[in-house]
Formats: sequence, structure tokens, C-alpha cells
Amino acid sequence: MKTPDGIQSGRVQKAPENFLDRNGISTVIAESKAGRRNFIRSAFAAAAAGAAAPMALAQGNPVPTEGGDPNILNLPEHATGLGQGVAANNGYGVPSKFESNVQRRQSPGLTQTTQASVSFAPLQSLFGIVTPSGLHFERHHQGWWDIDPSKHRFMINGMVKTPKVFTMDEIMRLPSVSRFHFIECGANTAVEWGNVAVPTVQYTHGMVSCSEFTGVPLITLLQIAGADLKNGKFVLAEGGDGSSMTRTIPMSLILSGEVLVAYGQNGEMLRPENGYPLRLIVPGIQGVSWVKYLRRIEVGDMPYAAKDEAVHYMDLMPDGQHRQYTNIQECKSVVTTPSGGQVLLDKGFYNITGLAWSGRGKIQKVDVSVDGGRNWRQARLETPVLSKALTRFNIDWVWDGKPAIIQSRATDDTGFVQPTYKHLRAARGTRSIYHNNAIQSWLVQENGEVKNVQVS
Amino acid sequence: MSKFRKVVLTAALLAAAGFASAQSTAYPGVGRPATTKEVAAWDIDVRPDFKGLPAGSGSVAQGQDLWEAKCAHCHGVFGESNEVFSPLIGGTTNDDIKTGNVANLKRADFPGRTTIMKVATVSTLWDYINRAMPWTAPKSLKPDEVYAVTAYLLSLANVVPENFVLTDKNIAEVQKRMPNRNGMTTKHAMWAGKEFNGTAKPDTANVACMKDCIPEAKVASILPDYARNAHGNLAEQNRLVGQQHGANTAVPENKSAPVGAVAATPAAKPAAKVVDPALALLGKHNCTACHAQNTKVVGPSFNDIAKKYPGKADYLAGKIKAGGSGVWGPIPMPAQSAPEADIKTIANWLAAGAAK
Repeated sequence: MKTPDGIQSGRVQKAPENFLDRNGISTVIAESKAGRRNFIRSAFAAAAAGAAAPMALAQGNPVPTEGGDPNILNLPEHATGLGQGVAANNGYGVPSKFESNVQRRQSPGLTQTTQASVSFAPLQSLFGIVTPSGLHFERHHQGWWDIDPSKHRFMINGMVKTPKVFTMDEIMRLPSVSRFHFIECGANTAVEWGNVAVPTVQYTHGMVSCSEFTGVPLITLLQIAGADLKNGKFVLAEGGDGSSMTRTIPMSLILSGEVLVAYGQNGEMLRPENGYPLRLIVPGIQGVSWVKYLRRIEVGDMPYAAKDEAVHYMDLMPDGQHRQYTNIQECKSVVTTPSGGQVLLDKGFYNITGLAWSGRGKIQKVDVSVDGGRNWRQARLETPVLSKALTRFNIDWVWDGKPAIIQSRATDDTGFVQPTYKHLRAARGTRSIYHNNAIQSWLVQENGEVKNVQVS
Repeated sequence: MSKFRKVVLTAALLAAAGFASAQSTAYPGVGRPATTKEVAAWDIDVRPDFKGLPAGSGSVAQGQDLWEAKCAHCHGVFGESNEVFSPLIGGTTNDDIKTGNVANLKRADFPGRTTIMKVATVSTLWDYINRAMPWTAPKSLKPDEVYAVTAYLLSLANVVPENFVLTDKNIAEVQKRMPNRNGMTTKHAMWAGKEFNGTAKPDTANVACMKDCIPEAKVASILPDYARNAHGNLAEQNRLVGQQHGANTAVPENKSAPVGAVAATPAAKPAAKVVDPALALLGKHNCTACHAQNTKVVGPSFNDIAKKYPGKADYLAGKIKAGGSGVWGPIPMPAQSAPEADIKTIANWLAAGAAK
């Protein structure tokens, strides 16, 4: 691989001369003799803290002076002892204790309560396209519940031949499908409409997640009830919790067979925070329509102007009008690594990686810029590339240590290209809150720290 | 494909074309007719044309009493509070009631948007109050009470006079006075269907230029340095290993530090502490709807209570049971009906310092 002068491929970088002071060196030698594990790390830390003129902190993998890495030379406990038994943790495995930093998190000050609130998925730490169910973003309007599935009922009424009720047993008897889809809150990235407001991709873009959902096409259930599919142009979905969330769903989308009444998520049942035991899946449409704890579907001939389509989830235009019934999540992408709040440990090779999605279909291509949008290169799309699902992209990059502004720009299979902030603000101003799908910029500073920025 | 599957598929296609007759036989044994009683119990939605609205009435005066007892502690006496939720009332004028367009929505400098500034349909208010309010006891209001509360709210914005009685008979007239009734448009490309005859083309049209697309990019917006740690130490929000680590934002950033030095290698967090059982009860009994650990929400923070009443578990248990007002401000705390043992656990926790 061709690299700029003076940069070795890979993150391995030789420690500079005098990296360790005299005390550091004697510590290294002493601890090496004592065979202590991890000695090199503490010695390095001491060197960094004690250095009057800061020296480069080699975060690579230098060969210690005594000729070998103690993590190799001194066999650890896990190589010399007996490990743990099967079915630990009450039979449900949990992530490694070293992964405890990877959590869904609230954005401080965003809401006054935890029940009408949001937690954001840690996109900066995720791989591939599936969001682990325990890290899926949360949005509750009136708190979440863990509902007994044997008592949950699902009703269809309105413009139907026979109003029907179903138990979970019955719904799970019907022919099922399993599909990967993203769900994105309409307010994802909302705080960034006017200017930069939050530090990391978790808070800028963490209200998107992607799962494999299993359930029954809603059209099947509507047919069982004998729904008037011609005159019933609008369908109301209603939740069974305290908020009893309601949203209007287009019949045209239901007729396509895409809308699911789902109980499965990533191979197991839905998590309670995500609507256990039953939620609506409305691919490509903002998350508020994916009604959780789904209890009822009503077929009607006009839209319902529910609270979350007549007070919230409307887009204010500069002329004072609100765009109502905006439900599509348009084409969007974001680089998840390197991203805000991260630090590049030294110059050299990096894999820029990120996610792209479109509420109108498949991702066709993703381009990446490292100079703030002046020049672009096409990234590799990893499989699977699915309609209305997150798509993972990767591209090689060798960082020369100079400031860089990283962006990604997605194009979907309708030919729609993700807009810049300039495009979006020209069309909608800065007060529309929802549906911010602008190109995101990350500034890589010379010290390696990455900052959330917007460019002119 | 089996013969049975073919029958099912044919039936499904027929249904998609609008002939739904034979469908209930496609999946025998699945689902049963809903009874009239069952539909009545759940079909509570009210549409903009008032389909679904039950008969009833309520006055502004009745609404005010209900409001002060059940709503004011979150929304303020005049629906103006922004302490817990966005304000409901404010920002509209008598002129807006005439035009049906809220003028302040055009002003970029107008601070915030209240519910009454945005909502075009009075049915929305009735429906939502009926299904989801009060916040901790949704669906507890009777229809006449929903009419009364809605009337009170509307009176605060001068949509109805102070002596008004809202009923199912006159609500359509009230709709004609909603300040933002003409403030909605569906002329956009973001409804996934043709039901609204919106526009076909999206409102942005970027092109995928690849080379020399713009002059040199300049940073136009960046977080100020003092906000770098506002979301907590970012080093603790990134995986311990990987091509990048998290920035140690617990210490001020050294802009001229060598590459990588601003990263931290924090130790994995220690295993979770033993959690006081009181913490679970706070959620279970909805205490956290009004109280938070460090900050005043509706009521005082747990820390403030603990500071004021160290060791006084019995006093606190009594206060939780009886409710009260005046100690921390005018907004009353309602009497709580949680089990005695739970109240004691919470009171003990508070009296011992409210440690999290």
C-alpha cells in the first residue's frame, strides 16, 4: 500500500527516542524482572504524565526493550486455568464486562422525565447493520411496560366486514415473514438543524436502529376481517399502553405487504422497551408510526390528526405553515468511525466506516469525502444491501496527520442524493425539527481528536 | 405450490382488489368476531370530523377545578409551564382566531411553540386528553371531564369565553375558531402514498459530484470548548479497544498534544453496585414522574429532600401518605396510595441520604 512519507502502514509506530524518562526505564526493567503484566502501560502513562515537553504517546504495539510483549511472554490466567461453565447468568448470555462502555444513553437536559424521553444507540461502537436488541434506541411517550402476552389482544375494526379480535397465539399461527428494516425517529438529528449541539454520533444520529423483525403482514389480518381496501384509504394504529399512541398509516403502504404486525426481533421476541409483545413495523416510515404494544387497527376513510401528527411530528416551514403527515425518512448516511468524541491514536491507515439508509428503498451508493465535501471517493457497500434497512459502508483511508473533515453522502435507488445543510435549509429553514437528513461532518484535528462540525 | 396455498393466494388477490367476501375462511380457527362491548371499550379515537366523539358537556369553570387538581402540577395553572413539558398555551392572538393562521409561527425570533399555536384540530385535543391524560393516570377522566378540561384550555387562549360550556353539539363551531386551523399543508413529498395528492418530487436535489465540488470547506459551527464534557466523559462512552478510542473529556483538551494523547484508556467500569430497593419503587409508584435525583422537576429533588430531613423516616413516610403543599412551593403533592411497606422503604432511603 502506498502511504505518505514517513508513515508506516498500520497503527504500529515506533516509540520516539527518550519516550520513557529515566524513572520510566528503571520501572520497565524492574517490572519486567518481576514478570508483572501490563507494566508497560503504567510506565507509559507515567511517562506521558511526567513529560515536561509532551512526546508522542505510541499507542501502537512497539517491541519492549527486553525483546517481547509481556502479554505474549507471560501466559495469562485464562491460558493456564479452568474457565467458566455453561448456561451462566441464568441461561442468558451478556456482553463481556469489558464492553460496559457500550450503552444506550440519554442526552443530558433533553427531557425532564425518563418516561417521556429518548435513549440513543451507541452507533460509534456497533458493527454491521443489526442493532443488538439491548442497545436499540428507545423513545417512550408515557413509560414502557412488560406486558403479559397471554393477556394481550389485538383488534381490527372500522370499515371491515367483521370486527375481529386475536390472541397472540392466533397471530403467531399465521404465515410469518422475517425482514431487516431500519427504524428512525423523525426527530433523529433534530438538535443539529441550526448549529452543532452535541458531541458524538450517538447523540447526533443514535435514534436509528436496525433489526430483523418477524411477524404477519397487516394485509393478511385486514383480509381476515374483510376490510374495505378500496374506500378504507387510511388506517389508524393504536397502542395498548398508557399513551395509547395513535398514528395514521397509508393504506397504499399496507397493500404493498410491507407493513407487519411483528412479535419477533433479532431471533427472539421484541424487547419490552420496543413494544413486547406486539408492534407495528412500517418500513421507511418514521419510528413514531411503529406503534408499540399494538392493540388495535381501525380502517377509515380520512386521516386522524392524532396528537403526534397534529401537535408534534410536523415540519414547520419558514412561511409559518406546518407540513403535516410527513412520514418518510429520506435517504441519509453517517460515518460512525471516526466520529465525534473519538481520538485517532496515530497517523496511518484507517477504515472509515458508517451506515446509510433510505425510507424509499435500497442504498445505491455511498461516497466519502475527507476534505469537507470538495472531493469524493465511492465507498464499498457491504452485504446485505436491503430495501429500507441500514447498509454498512467502508472505505480505506490513510491519515497524514493534518486536519481532515470526513463526510459521507448516500444515494438511494430512486436516484435521490442525500442533501447538504445548505440544501435543506434553503428548502425548509432551520426550525422544522424533524427529518434532518443532512450530510454530517466530522473534523479530525491534528491531535487526533474528532469534533462534530458543520461546514460552510 | 399446494392446492390449498393456491386457494389462499387467489383469495388474497381477490381481497386486494376489494372483494373481501371469502377471507375469513382462508385461515380457519384464527381470530373471532369482536363483541360490540369489546369494540366500545377500545374504539376511543375521535377524528377531525368528530366521528367517535361521545355525547357530553363540560364548562370552563368545571375544567378549571379539574385542571388545578390534576393537570396544573405538570402544565402550570394557565397551561404555560415549561418545567416538565412544552407549554400548551401562549403565543396566539384574537387576530389568529380570525385568520386561522398563527402569525408568530412566521417569526424566527419567537421563542418556542406552544400546543395551541400548532394544533389545527380541536378533535386532537379532546382525543389526546381522553386517551392519555393525566400523565400518571391515563384514561381516568370521564367524557364530561374531558369536555370541561378541553373547554378550560381553549378559554385560556380566548378561543371560547370564560362562561362557555363545550358540548358534542357545539364543538364543530369551536373548530372554526382554532387559531391555527389553516396552518397545515400536505403539499410535500414525504407521505408514503398518494392519498393526499402531495408533490412527487422531494424538496432537495443534491447531485453526486465527485471532484472539485466546492471551494475549500470552512468550519461554520463547532461545539464550544466548555461543552466538550457536557455529555459526560466521552472516553467512557467508547469501547476500550478499536481503531479509535474515546477522548478523555474529563480534563481540558490540549490542542497541541501529540497525536492520540488526548485519548484515555479508562478501566472497564466496576460491576454494578448493589442497588437500594427503594430505587425500583420510585419508578414503580411513579415518584419519578414528579421528582428527580438532583434537579427539581415538579417537586423537589430526592437529594434536596434528603438534605432537609436526615434521619426523619417517619415524618417523610407520613408526608408521602398524606401529600401536602407549601413546604417546597405552591404545587401540591397528591396523597399517595402505595403499600405501607413500600412507602417505608422509600422514606428510609430518603432519610438515609437518598444514595443512588
